[in-house]
Amino acid sequence: MIRVELTKLVRRPRSWVAIALLCLLPILVAVFVAVTHVAPPPGQGPALLSAVLSNGSLFPAAALAIVLPIFLPISVAVVAGDSIAGEASSGMLRYLLARPVGRTRLLVAKLVTLIAYVLFAVIAVAATSYATGILLFGDKPVALTSGGITTQGVIANSLSGTGLTPADVLLRTAGAVAFIAVSMLGVGAIALFLSTLTDSSLAAALGAMAALIASGVLVALNAAASVSPYLPTEYWLAWLDFFRQPILWRDIDRGFAIQAVYVAVFLGAAWANFASKDVTS
Amino acid sequence: MIVTTGLTKRFGQVLAVDHVDLEVREGDRYGFLGPNGSGKTTVVRMLLGLVYPSSGTIEVLGAPVPQRASAVLPQIGALIESPSAYGHLSGRANLTLVDAAGPRVRGGRRNRRRRVADALDRVGLGTVDDRAVRKYSLGMRQRLGLAAALLRSPRLLVLDEPTNGLDPQGIREIRDLLGDLNASGTTIFLSSHQLSEVEQLCTRVGVVDRGRLVLQDELAVLSGPTGRVRVRTPDAGQAAAVLDGRVVHRDGDRLVIADADAALVNQQLVAAGLRVNEIGPERRSLEDLVLSVTGSGSDRFGRAAARADRGFSAEALVADGSGPARDAEAGGSSQ
Repeated sequence: MIRVELTKLVRRPRSWVAIALLCLLPILVAVFVAVTHVAPPPGQGPALLSAVLSNGSLFPAAALAIVLPIFLPISVAVVAGDSIAGEASSGMLRYLLARPVGRTRLLVAKLVTLIAYVLFAVIAVAATSYATGILLFGDKPVALTSGGITTQGVIANSLSGTGLTPADVLLRTAGAVAFIAVSMLGVGAIALFLSTLTDSSLAAALGAMAALIASGVLVALNAAASVSPYLPTEYWLAWLDFFRQPILWRDIDRGFAIQAVYVAVFLGAAWANFASKDVTS
Repeated sequence: MIVTTGLTKRFGQVLAVDHVDLEVREGDRYGFLGPNGSGKTTVVRMLLGLVYPSSGTIEVLGAPVPQRASAVLPQIGALIESPSAYGHLSGRANLTLVDAAGPRVRGGRRNRRRRVADALDRVGLGTVDDRAVRKYSLGMRQRLGLAAALLRSPRLLVLDEPTNGLDPQGIREIRDLLGDLNASGTTIFLSSHQLSEVEQLCTRVGVVDRGRLVLQDELAVLSGPTGRVRVRTPDAGQAAAVLDGRVVHRDGDRLVIADADAALVNQQLVAAGLRVNEIGPERRSLEDLVLSVTGSGSDRFGRAAARADRGFSAEALVADGSGPARDAEAGGSSQ
């Protein structure tokens, strides 16, 4: 069944359009920055973008920061929200279950497909933006002055101002990719749960987006500080800490933990609901 | 094949299915009839483990459903309400996915291409091109849905309006196909509004009305002779005189005679020198029968509005062509 679901995902034009759009936005940004050489000053605009001008190999991280707030969650919510509700509204759910495909099996297959999609999307963004970054900004080891320190053979500045070696950048980008993939899985789990509640994939996807936006509002609200550590978006940007020297693990660990809780709770709820549901679509 | 006892389903306040005791035997061609919103679809969904009963038991192919549905369903082919497919894929690709989605069988992947080709062949889509299902006509979709049901040669076919959207030729073709399948041992459970379809194909019928099974019997018994003879004769007046007192009903040149023996009546008429155009035993029509059992409740609410509602249902049952359209209109209430 997993193979069937993956085939369906791959053969669906929409999956490719979404990933193409995801990859296109950072490229667009890169072109503008490369042409004008006007980067946002450090601390403003998308994170890390100011560092990219001097070295392209940091661009994957900047690209992830660009797609993370809206594009990536939307595409994940659409795929996850479509997983059960889409089958229901196309009328295929009843045929799949009568084939029979066990309900748990179907849900697991949908989940595996979702994970594959999330990983593929995040890695695709990282890979295309790496190519773009190298192409437009180069990766020549350059001497950088930052905070008064000049280091030969160091290709990029970390956020804290000390240099990073190429291997360091690669490793840290991989860490960031993993962190973002897990965060997106949290979004996907919420959308998947909603997808078992409704027969409308649009409603499920928008419901998940609404949850994220609500969480974002509360995170920014000082008055809601008491609950913010438990909100899904609270640690979304913690992966930036991978680019500090030394890496600040505290928020990264908490981010992983909170997403694990969200994934577990919502997948559990999705399973409980779907396994006991009357399929009348 | 299918035995339900006291099968009941409640959706909130609505009692959709009320103590239904179905009995479908091996080799039957069972016609399941009922007006829109009478609970047919809910029963079908419960048989397939899609909807869980509120109470009562279901046994399909000797195993309890939904408890052992995974063991039973591989032997069932189903067309539920309407055919479905992924619109952006071809019919062949759709069947391949559906086949792959089922439980694993020996040589499953190796023979998949052949199984799919066989199923398409059987329903008359053998040489269909690779156009997306989105571009299929209603009839082609219906055939594709049937092909999906026929994958892996099921022992039991559960079909809902299988000839919907087909032209008369297509309907005949599918009827012949179902007849052939039945002759080779497949039990057929056909849920339909179309009385003529059921009358021509089925050997046994069950009629459901407002969630209750109001009738279940052999079609041969139900539509057996009424013990009267119908005569059409240009000499109707004289014939009435000859048959003296046995004429139950006269309408122009048509007479209904209270006599079970058509041959005897004919002999009497001919002996009297009368011409006979047509003569034969009167049979109950399935239509009259279904209307009598489902229409009996037409004034159950005792209100004009409620009567209109009942009238609509009964009409949908008998009006062959408009059946599917009615279904779509009343879709909300038919679940």
